[in-house]
Amino acid sequence: MTIGLVHYLVVAAILFTMGVLGIFVNRKNLIVILMAIELILLAVNINLVAFSAYLHDLVGQVFAMFVLTVAAGEAAIGLAILVIYFRGRGTIAVDDANRMKG
Amino acid sequence: MIQALAFYLFAIVVIVSGAMTISSRNPVHSVMWLILAFFNAAGLMVIVGAEFIAMLLVIVYVGAVAVLFLFVVMMLDIEVASIRAGVARYAAIGLALAVALAAEMMIALGAWSAGKIDLTRRIAPVDATVPNIQAMGNLLYTRYLFVFEGAGLVLLVAMIGAIVLTHRDRSGARYQNIARQNARRPQDATRNVKPEIGQGVQL
Repeated sequence: MTIGLVHYLVVAAILFTMGVLGIFVNRKNLIVILMAIELILLAVNINLVAFSAYLHDLVGQVFAMFVLTVAAGEAAIGLAILVIYFRGRGTIAVDDANRMKG
Repeated sequence: MIQALAFYLFAIVVIVSGAMTISSRNPVHSVMWLILAFFNAAGLMVIVGAEFIAMLLVIVYVGAVAVLFLFVVMMLDIEVASIRAGVARYAAIGLALAVALAAEMMIALGAWSAGKIDLTRRIAPVDATVPNIQAMGNLLYTRYLFVFEGAGLVLLVAMIGAIVLTHRDRSGARYQNIARQNARRPQDATRNVKPEIGQGVQL
């Protein structure tokens, strides 16, 4: 029994779907939505690394590193926005974030 | 055989901990499950030989991002009880969308494994004699040098942005004024007195 590329792609697909589902079901907690975004980016990284390994091309791993960089920056900025939002409004529920009527 | 066992172990744990991350009642538990998911994803990457990315995942995600999440979760005062209130309302559409997305990805996977797509061009072929970390370094500091610098710039901007966003001036705090300290001379600050015996000192 050998582990092929498709195994990794299935794991990444399930993880990606779970991240999307997490964005939809957590309407009361922005932090969990940010964590779901991290899950999505992790699934993308698994995909990049799996393709890189099975196609014998290192570029996928290099770009996984750049995805990681962007994910770290996104988490920092997102959490900073979350903190100032909580300071002003006293809540982090998505449904309450309707001041801009967007 | 051992590779397949390790793969299934890591894959199952990463999926279960991903599910627990989005369905946990307490945000602190969510962060813990997220850390477990990252660890096992790192294990998955070690199996295919991407050691550098795996270690980066452990250091950056578990060491920095997850701790950042933990700090913010504990700084914000969220009542745990009301968090799950709206789940039932959005569960149906969320599940429908998730199923649609999963079906799409499975179809794409089927198209991939049907063998019609063949990617033969290699930009940076893997050399079996060079270790993964060394090969990554060679690539990052030559071909992708400017992209690498750009990644550093992204992190710098994120750091400055986070500081600027969360910084606030506190009223009533006493800050050090160095110019005023340096401008202060001894004759402004001290006074020579020769008190009479028995008179005490006038302040």
